[in-house]
Amino acid sequence: MALLEVSGLHASYGLTRVLHGIDFSLDQGAITTLLGANGAGKTTTLRALCAMVKTEGRITFDGARIDGRATEDIVRLGIGHVPDGRGTFVHLTTEENLRLGAYVRKDKSAVEADLERMYGYFPRLKERRGQQAGTLSGGEQQMLAVSRALMLRPRLLLLDEPSFGLAPLIVRELFGILRTVNEREKVSMLVVEQNASMALDLADHAYLIETGRVVLSGTSQKIKSDDAVRRSYLGY
Amino acid sequence: MEGFLHQVLAGLATGGIYASLALALVMIYQATHLVNFAQGEMAMFCTYIAWSLTNAGVPYWIAFLLTVVFAFILGVVIERVIIRPVENAPVLSVVVVFIGLLVILNSVAGWIYTYTIKTFPSPFPEQPILGIRYVSPHEFGAIGVTLVVLALLYAFFRFTPLGLAMRAAAQNPDSSRLVGIRVGWMLALGWGLAAAVGSVAGMMVAPIVFLDPNMMSGILLYAFAAALVGGVDNPAGAVFGGFLVGVLENVVGAYVVGPDLKLSVALVLIIAVLVIKPTGFFGRVHVTRV
Repeated sequence: MALLEVSGLHASYGLTRVLHGIDFSLDQGAITTLLGANGAGKTTTLRALCAMVKTEGRITFDGARIDGRATEDIVRLGIGHVPDGRGTFVHLTTEENLRLGAYVRKDKSAVEADLERMYGYFPRLKERRGQQAGTLSGGEQQMLAVSRALMLRPRLLLLDEPSFGLAPLIVRELFGILRTVNEREKVSMLVVEQNASMALDLADHAYLIETGRVVLSGTSQKIKSDDAVRRSYLGY
Repeated sequence: MEGFLHQVLAGLATGGIYASLALALVMIYQATHLVNFAQGEMAMFCTYIAWSLTNAGVPYWIAFLLTVVFAFILGVVIERVIIRPVENAPVLSVVVVFIGLLVILNSVAGWIYTYTIKTFPSPFPEQPILGIRYVSPHEFGAIGVTLVVLALLYAFFRFTPLGLAMRAAAQNPDSSRLVGIRVGWMLALGWGLAAAVGSVAGMMVAPIVFLDPNMMSGILLYAFAAALVGGVDNPAGAVFGGFLVGVLENVVGAYVVGPDLKLSVALVLIIAVLVIKPTGFFGRVHVTRV
């Protein structure tokens, strides 16, 4: 059964409609990626799932409708979000940022263990645990955003451009960690990426979005070998 | 020299009261970027509740606690019922709502309790505390109460998950929602806390200035000055500003301009800070990418 099902999703900023009826579904435990050019509506799709924009259409998470619910209630169902722009609490310390990620959790000892686990994934964050998060470099803030979302122990993790602003080596490391988390903890993921080839390497399934509509979908293998995708998004 | 010391200590006592009220202003300013002009009248109204309770024979400290709880609830209710509907309204509309609230609370207090000046009891003994004679026992006690309130607030915001969530909600509402914080309720809690802190300031200042519906108008001006001097988005700065304004007011009032012009010290400070250093001593300089 699909963990998340989206059908006829429309979204608009004011009078400007950005999504024109998107349909897709995510399998339990799988990594899915949304591909598309700038302005195709990838970020808006993620924002729509968390009720951060005005939407119409049907969103079902784990069998229950979540469209029309408040952002904080959707998060409490176990949907973590690494937002566009990283969403750092710049005046709080790194550790406070991480603890906020676990704000809705009641299992205190497991939260402490997860904190150490995040420091294990990203030793840089441990070095900077008492530092104001706004003074971290862009890459460190990106690691912080991912860890903060993982601190929720989400069932579904939405990642908006996780590679943004990172050096290629760190991107590889980050994607490796995401793969580990996915395999070990069965966290399903929806990844939005500009770096299409990295995203396709990571993901099991892919959807291609153009101007607010899904134009192509399938397994990553299939999408990778599609001629049009190869020319437009992979560039060879 | 003894006179000067007395002025400074008395200034610290009233300064603590300004600091509390300034802190209440800053707490709401940080979350909403609005200055609550009704903060003083809310404190005044709560002080009347304390007066009613003590007059009905309730022991002082129980009345004190009940009043703080009442103030907290009043703050939460005002935010939920009056402020929330205008949350996204233009700044001027909200300011008008604040001023309306100020006038309403003032009139309701006058209507219920009349505008006759009343004495308000001090919980502290008549004899000098620790044999210190430069400062009255009430002033001494007020400093202590203020410091306890400030320490409690600091501990709450610094060490509790709820305090952390409130700080997060104030500085980044979007990200806060994404970790599951109910931002709307954090705002209401902030209003409740601010009102509670304000009510303590009201009860501490009432024995000094006497209780009447207009007692907080001057105090609020000093609190504005304190918040601005410290930097209007910095709680610790507001506290520092409160003590500084209290001492300055007394010393300048006693030796420079005379007691009649004391209040203008606050006004001069407000203008001076806004002209010379709008961010105050500890305020953040806001940089915007354009």
